[in-house]
Amino acid sequence: MATLPIESQKTAQIRFALNGEEVDVSFAPYKTLLEVLREDLGHTGTKHGCELGECGACAVLLDGKPVLSCLVLALECRGRQVLTVEGLSVDGRLHPLQDTFADLGAAQCGYCTPGILVTAKALLDANPHPSRDQIREALSGNLCRCTGYLQIFEAVEAAMVRMAEKEEGAP
Amino acid sequence: MMRLPLFEFRAPQTLAEAARILDGEGSQAMPLAGGTDLLPNMKRRQQVPKTLMSLNRIPELHQIDLSDAGTRLGACTTLSEIAADPCFRNGLTALAQAASCVATPQIRNMATLGGNLCLDTRCNYYDQNYEWRKSIGFCLKKDGDTCWVAPGSPKCMAVSSTDTAPALMALGARVRLASRSGEREVPLTELYQNDGIHYIKRQPNELLTQVILDSSHGWKSTYWKLRRRGSFDFPVLSVAAAARISANGVVEDARIVVGSVACLPLLAAEASKSLRGRPLSQDSIAEAATLAARIAKPLDNTDFDMTWRKRVTAEFATYALRELRGEDMRGERLLLRRHSSSLY
Amino acid sequence: MSDPEEKSKSPVTDSLSNREGLRVIGVPRRRVDGRAKVTGQTRFADDIFLPRIAHCKLLRSPHPHARIRKIDALRALAHPGVYLMLTGKDLPIQYGILPVSQDEQALCVDHVRHVGDPVAAVVAREELTACEALDLIDVDYEILPTISNPKEALATPEPRIHEYGEEGNIHKQVALEFGNVEQGFAEADEIFEDTFFYQGNTHLPIEQHASVAIKDPDGKLTIWSSTQTPHYLHRALAKVLEMPPAHIRVIATPNGGGFGGKSDPFNHEIVVAKAALLLDRPVKICLTREEVFYCHRGRHPVLMKFKTGVKKNGTITGVHLQTLIDGGAYGSYGVASTYYAGALQTTTYHIPRYRYEGCRTFTNKPPCGPKRGHGTPQPRFGQEVQLDKIAEKLQLDPGDLRLRIVEAPNTVTANFLRLGTVNLTECIRRVVKASDWKNKFRKLPEGRGVGIACSAYLTGAGLPIYWNKMPHSGVQLKFDRGGGVSIFCGATEIGQGSDDVLASIVAEVLGIDPFDVRLFTGDTDLGPVDLGSYSSRVTLMAGNAALQAAERGKALLAEAVALKLDLPKERLRFADKRIFDSAAPEKGVSFAEAISLAEARFGTIGTVGSYTPPKSPALYKGGGVGPSPTYSYSAAVVEVEVHSATGWVHVPKVWIAHDIGRALNPTLVRGQVEGSVYMGLGEALMEEQEFRRLPKRLSHALVHKFPSLLEYKSPTSLDMPEVVTELVEDPDPRGPFGAKEVGQGPLLPIMPAVANAVYDAVGVRIDEVPITPDKIMKALAEKKAGRNPRYGPDHFPHVHWPEALRVPPPWEGGDGNAINDVHREKPRAMKEKVLAP
Repeated sequence: MATLPIESQKTAQIRFALNGEEVDVSFAPYKTLLEVLREDLGHTGTKHGCELGECGACAVLLDGKPVLSCLVLALECRGRQVLTVEGLSVDGRLHPLQDTFADLGAAQCGYCTPGILVTAKALLDANPHPSRDQIREALSGNLCRCTGYLQIFEAVEAAMVRMAEKEEGAP
Repeated sequence: MMRLPLFEFRAPQTLAEAARILDGEGSQAMPLAGGTDLLPNMKRRQQVPKTLMSLNRIPELHQIDLSDAGTRLGACTTLSEIAADPCFRNGLTALAQAASCVATPQIRNMATLGGNLCLDTRCNYYDQNYEWRKSIGFCLKKDGDTCWVAPGSPKCMAVSSTDTAPALMALGARVRLASRSGEREVPLTELYQNDGIHYIKRQPNELLTQVILDSSHGWKSTYWKLRRRGSFDFPVLSVAAAARISANGVVEDARIVVGSVACLPLLAAEASKSLRGRPLSQDSIAEAATLAARIAKPLDNTDFDMTWRKRVTAEFATYALRELRGEDMRGERLLLRRHSSSLY
Repeated sequence: MSDPEEKSKSPVTDSLSNREGLRVIGVPRRRVDGRAKVTGQTRFADDIFLPRIAHCKLLRSPHPHARIRKIDALRALAHPGVYLMLTGKDLPIQYGILPVSQDEQALCVDHVRHVGDPVAAVVAREELTACEALDLIDVDYEILPTISNPKEALATPEPRIHEYGEEGNIHKQVALEFGNVEQGFAEADEIFEDTFFYQGNTHLPIEQHASVAIKDPDGKLTIWSSTQTPHYLHRALAKVLEMPPAHIRVIATPNGGGFGGKSDPFNHEIVVAKAALLLDRPVKICLTREEVFYCHRGRHPVLMKFKTGVKKNGTITGVHLQTLIDGGAYGSYGVASTYYAGALQTTTYHIPRYRYEGCRTFTNKPPCGPKRGHGTPQPRFGQEVQLDKIAEKLQLDPGDLRLRIVEAPNTVTANFLRLGTVNLTECIRRVVKASDWKNKFRKLPEGRGVGIACSAYLTGAGLPIYWNKMPHSGVQLKFDRGGGVSIFCGATEIGQGSDDVLASIVAEVLGIDPFDVRLFTGDTDLGPVDLGSYSSRVTLMAGNAALQAAERGKALLAEAVALKLDLPKERLRFADKRIFDSAAPEKGVSFAEAISLAEARFGTIGTVGSYTPPKSPALYKGGGVGPSPTYSYSAAVVEVEVHSATGWVHVPKVWIAHDIGRALNPTLVRGQVEGSVYMGLGEALMEEQEFRRLPKRLSHALVHKFPSLLEYKSPTSLDMPEVVTELVEDPDPRGPFGAKEVGQGPLLPIMPAVANAVYDAVGVRIDEVPITPDKIMKALAEKKAGRNPRYGPDHFPHVHWPEALRVPPPWEGGDGNAINDVHREKPRAMKEKVLAP
């Protein structure tokens, strides 16, 4: 194992856009985005279940795409856009996915929920009318141990309908 | 929380700079692309490089060139880019299929083609945390002296688990390796060797920069993967097959590759040869499938029972060849993959 | 068979008679904690960061069985950034969840019993520093021989893994006989004998266990932990730390999934508490996924033998069940698990005579314990698969056979479990109809099949884990002049919706909105004791306590409002945040005004409620496991496709009906049912807690085969079938508004229904789980060769059973006592009772 004590390491500093706002953060350079979000920026909405890319709990959007924050070096995030569950609501209003997840039982313990929400958001951003199969595929990297997924699929579909209605209703 | 060990971080902006760094640091440095293989390995202390060299700022590695003559893919092309791009259909379907069933959607957004080709060999005795490996006295591949899969073996038996390599081998791909002293092109069939530790002939100072495919005009290809779940899992058996079939249905050329049953993807040469000059009939498919299955020697170091993996190899080869013949195999696909996709 | 001495009086009776007017109960609703969960604001234990926080890591044994000769920590302590090192000597007092098996130490003092047993703790400024320091601790071990399974344990009495237990490496043996089973077999037309194996598996909550401890400003201890049982952790901490419980505050953070895996007091919780006290700074630990596999407490692997006698019409004349249970390295809930493996057999179908023999052994593997369905899924699998074989032999439809033998409601069973409502018949009818069973069973094309199975489960354990006469759950309500109501209760939110249960019941009674309620739960300082989120007890027990507290509050408010409005209080109605004259709804006051009126009249308004389960008629030793206020029932039909060339199994659809009593929030109830189906399918098809022993001539290793989320196979979104859920609602007067449990029962029929469907599809019996393609291929090969088309264990080993306690069933004049228990005074000697979840 590494013998050089961590205490001798210099900190790194980067600036990136977190949930639409520029942040500067200094951190130990061995840290992944997950650790920096949770430990150095106090954004504990992003969870972790393995830190090895085997569960999807830590998913965030990096430049709009779902990635696993446990496998992204924070050093690689300089100048990039990161979206976490904390950034899903807009102007003080929950994202339709958040509303439908809360209403329809898609969040039981709520631990895998943040990763699923951002992944579902990326899906709906890219494809406003996904089929059930496309939803299943898009969420196949997020383990949920509580729900059996069905209420999650339904919540994504319900959000899709709400967003489409809103779109149509817009002038 | 699993933590990375300490490392120096380098982020070169050009290939030349990257080559210089690798030349200076040798095996102490490891290139970092998607990070989905290397970073878990580092957290488990299977790999502890002194230097991580990020490839993400080198524009050439992200280029895709398509022409009638063939395709050139920068090593940092992500697997989701490949899976999503309609260019990778018809002759190149096997590549798109392979890329689309690696791990999970998030991982495919990160993982790169070059990374998947260089994927570290895997083993149930090796892909474990430091503490677990300590409790078995480590293994031949890392820190120990016994291969627990085959304790008499002088050689590590970790298994090649890449999805894209069997597909690209079936498609006759070559890769470009660059170092400070120059570049070389290697057919993918010659990149790997049957040793779980030294599974790849890339030198520590070399960077895999590009995948080169000749025109796939007239070819058809397909990729079949066996794993427990609809996503996440590495293959425990895979069959890639490509064939050029004449207008009257005779196989002019064919390549069958069996993956995840040895330290390297195995080109089933005899099986491939047996098809040449024959139509894809029930008999020729059965013969080729039997020949392909013969070379599969799965060991007890992945998910699933190894004798069962061996046993279903011929089945999988049959499905692949039947699909090339034009049969509708979506039923089997759906059953085994538990997912319908436009790629199939 | 109905019990004349039904004394349990539930405070629900009034509300039941008034059920037409329900406005909250039974309406699909957003759960009260829903917003927190979708905004990432639910604060799990590892989300707690405090100034000066230090991080703890545990050094775990790399050996499956060894003596600790010496621990040298000098190098670790010298590592820059390390604050503290603890070893077993710092925390020597033994603890454990059950009073009868106080066999754990927070850090092993001199004996490690499985790979992963903790031997030392390091606390450092950074977690990475603590990791580095672990490798600098030198431990000298003396290696001991290992035991990897119960057969080895029976054959290897020495060395003992523990110095207590029945003998050798047998931890617990149970032998009970309710009526003369041989007589039952003599009366049978057919006798069936089958052996089954149920592989172990684990809970796999996505949240890894985490705890944070601090020394409070006044010197007391506070610990936040992902625990399902803060009260039991509270007791264990007081014992091991030798502190007054009054100086310890346990706050159960919302659990990121529990499923039973966070129900024991854990070594890491005790260690961070001790470290925080010593360092006087916050100390945190969050386990790695590998460590979670070492905590385990999951499903026991069970080998079992069922001997069942039946009449030609399907009536059961007697059942003899034997189990051999792999307990792992510690007791945990194991004594209860051993009883549970036998106790609930009688609650589903009528069994007039029943004999149960169970044997739990220690092995050098992480301890097994309670996982969703605790002790029940294994014998449920055996009995339901055997019934499928019985139906075939008797040429009966398996659904019809079950309909003939369903146990009657309000029965006292052969082993003296008092049943409440039983709507299993309706459940079976519903799934048979919904699945089009009659047109599918034995009629689908080769390779496709359907299977049916049923189950029953506790709605809360009837006895606490430690013997006491106090309530199992308590609730305090505080009424605010502003119109808000605060609920204080020890109940723990593990995702199942316990907070929502409390809020909805209180809101319904008081006529307010659940979102007008504030919850203070899972905190030993703030709320009265609730025993915890286990045994499916929260809805009924905490729910009834909340109901009582709310009714008492309502009475105070009604009295004050009646006076003000000059009406008889019986005319008042509580709804829409108002209290009004039911005859003239415009005449009334707001809920806030009502509180002010009551406060002016009575002083500060606060009420309490509590719940104690009815006494059980099971008075024999061991009768403490199995009683429950009432039982839930489930029936499921599973459809499968089996690919004969590979043995691959695909499940396209599942139909399940659950006898819920009443669904308090149907959205959450459906989620529990579907989640149970999901977990059941995982157990049926892929999940395994598997161990690996290296060649003995080269190594003494005995390790978990794959302690990771990648290789322990939890089904993904692509592996989940369509599920049709039917809720059978027949309010049970014992539950709040008639509710029964839903968190565990619906898992139970899934595994046997899959096995039965595989038989319908391809004609092979897989008598063990998980049902994997290689096993199906082996059985298909047997079938092709004209041999027994089956895969499964071929024999049950010889176990020297103790003499059975003989308890005559109620219909033979039994009084609930054993007639041959010389050690037990009649009528009852409570402290000997084995108490269980």
